[in-house]
Amino acid sequence: MRASDTLSQAFGAIRSQPLRATLIILAMSIGIASVTLLTALGESARNYILYEFQSLGTHLIIVLPGRTETTGGQPPLFGETPRDLTLSDANALLQSRNIAAIAPINIGSAPVSARGLERETNILGSTSALRRVRHLTMAEGRFLPEMESDKALPVCVLGQTIKKEIFTGQKALGQWLRINDRRFRVIGVLASEGQSIGVGFDEIVIVPVASAQTLFNTESLFRILIEAKSKPAMYKAVTDINKIIKARHEGEQDITIITQDSIVSSFDEILTALTLTITSIAGISLAVAGVLVMNVMLVSVAQRTSEIGLLNALGASKAQLISLFLAEAAMLCLAGAILGLLLGQASVMVLQALYPSFSISIPPWALLAALVVSLTTGLLFGVLPARKAAKLDPVEALSKR
Amino acid sequence: MIQLKNIQRYFQVGDQTVRALDNITLTIENGEYISVMGPSGSGKSTLLNIIALLDHPTSGQYLLNNQDVTQLDDDALARVRRDNIGFVFQFFHLIPRLSAAENIEMPMILAGINRQERRQRVKKAVAAVGLSDRADHRPDQLSGGECQRVAIARATIMRPGILLADEPTGNLDSHSGIEIIELLERLNQGGVTLIIITHDQSLGDRANRQIRIIDGKIAT
Ligand SMILES: Nc1ncnc2c1ncn2[C@@H]1O[C@H](COP(=O)(O)OP(=O)(O)OP(=O)(O)O)[C@@H](O)[C@H]1O
Ligand SMILES: [Mg+2]
Repeated sequence: MRASDTLSQAFGAIRSQPLRATLIILAMSIGIASVTLLTALGESARNYILYEFQSLGTHLIIVLPGRTETTGGQPPLFGETPRDLTLSDANALLQSRNIAAIAPINIGSAPVSARGLERETNILGSTSALRRVRHLTMAEGRFLPEMESDKALPVCVLGQTIKKEIFTGQKALGQWLRINDRRFRVIGVLASEGQSIGVGFDEIVIVPVASAQTLFNTESLFRILIEAKSKPAMYKAVTDINKIIKARHEGEQDITIITQDSIVSSFDEILTALTLTITSIAGISLAVAGVLVMNVMLVSVAQRTSEIGLLNALGASKAQLISLFLAEAAMLCLAGAILGLLLGQASVMVLQALYPSFSISIPPWALLAALVVSLTTGLLFGVLPARKAAKLDPVEALSKR
Repeated sequence: MIQLKNIQRYFQVGDQTVRALDNITLTIENGEYISVMGPSGSGKSTLLNIIALLDHPTSGQYLLNNQDVTQLDDDALARVRRDNIGFVFQFFHLIPRLSAAENIEMPMILAGINRQERRQRVKKAVAAVGLSDRADHRPDQLSGGECQRVAIARATIMRPGILLADEPTGNLDSHSGIEIIELLERLNQGGVTLIIITHDQSLGDRANRQIRIIDGKIAT
């Protein structure tokens, strides 16, 4: 028997039972559609978050005071900080040849006011290097000037929201802004960041790090952001940082170093696991579809007993009978898979239209996987009915009419 | 040539053994025309099923063209059946979703014959049974006599040496019954071995040799 004949015979049998065909195709397509849709959501969420992290800056290294064993995990929120990171620690790091820029960070919250309008907000103390390290863009004016980091200059740079709320549409550049009871001149306004992971730069006021230290009356830094010279230099930079700080902290290695790499890769792992989980939950619907395929095929075998007996009498071998029924199951499942992919694609397009800022797409491997999975399901669950058909005793099968 | 030696076929029904065929020894030469008659339940169909290789004897030997076919496995039997034996049933057993031509084509599809040859042979076969203008009709659009003619065309499309018919006229009126018998007899005149089971004495008498079966035994 030729393969093309097997397929056309199977197709003929499918066409003669439109209700059965519709049922199987529908069940299979719902399974495939939900798997592809959830995969697309998971993958897109992963890409979105990874992209956001990568946009934090390239070759970024974060140094935190205190030691934790994890790499790339949460910084220690509680627990004692053995020794503070200071501005001179930060400056000392410039010795390393693998480091391109250093931005010490000091953070605190304080009331800011101008012309009688006041609100509480985050004040970030840093240096001019912050702009480079975090890839900040200016809407107006300029960023913090390059100068000795221990000079407390009374200047500040505003986020968009702060500018809007305090200066309510009026010119902010060159105006005085009061933070606590000190006055700072506004020298620049940041461009809006849009949505971003990490610090919301829209709701922040940036001042020179030394000014922040006096504002909050503290010597210690919140963290130090470092940009390595290049990607390969990153690991050397980490070694350098450890060495320099150890020397300055009397041989104690009491800092935590987080590389952007490790953040991205651990998020990648978590999100991949998440995608797989939701995909396999959706896979249950595929299994249900498979069982339905099996049932419908079993009924079909029972209904066509005399036809099977006849084919037997006409000289069909067991292998031929099996391949006829398997071809039927496979074609039904394949049709279901194609319809399911179309359904999935349609839902993705609807979601995309509803949330244009979140880019969703079905990854190409998911398309292939859907086809393979549905075909395997069809064949797997089609084997039992097909074997049952082949095992029928021809005399008995023919006596049923 | 068909040679049956001490063929027995028992059915176990509960704790009772039904001897459907009891020690049948029979030789049928190529080209013979044989009718098989006997009361209901005497074992006629069982005999034909065994000759057709659809059923296995409980014991005994069956030589088909001097080949011992009692030893063959199912797939080998299917092949021997496909190439040597045509079967015509009382209830036609046409596949309802297929047209007359497609039903006739089926054995050739199973044999892996190419499309062109299939089409040519079907065309000839349809003409031979006088159904040229009904080739595209489905079984439910055909009369009983026409269905049986389709079944005969299907049974002979592989040009088998043996044609078996189990009450081929059992479901037909006497007029189309005669037509069917005449069609089968024409095939026999072409050299095919013909074995017909019938309950109709006048039809049975037309055969060159009559076999009577009573209680699973041949009674001559
Ligand atoms: N699968 C089976 N299981 C049990 N008994 C069977 C089976 N097939 C046939 N028999 C028995 O074997 C005997 C012969 O049956 P068979 O069908 O050969 O009779 P028959 O001569 O063809 O009858 P009829 O003229 O009514 O068609 C009967 O008694 C029948 O009940
Ligand atoms: Mg019978």
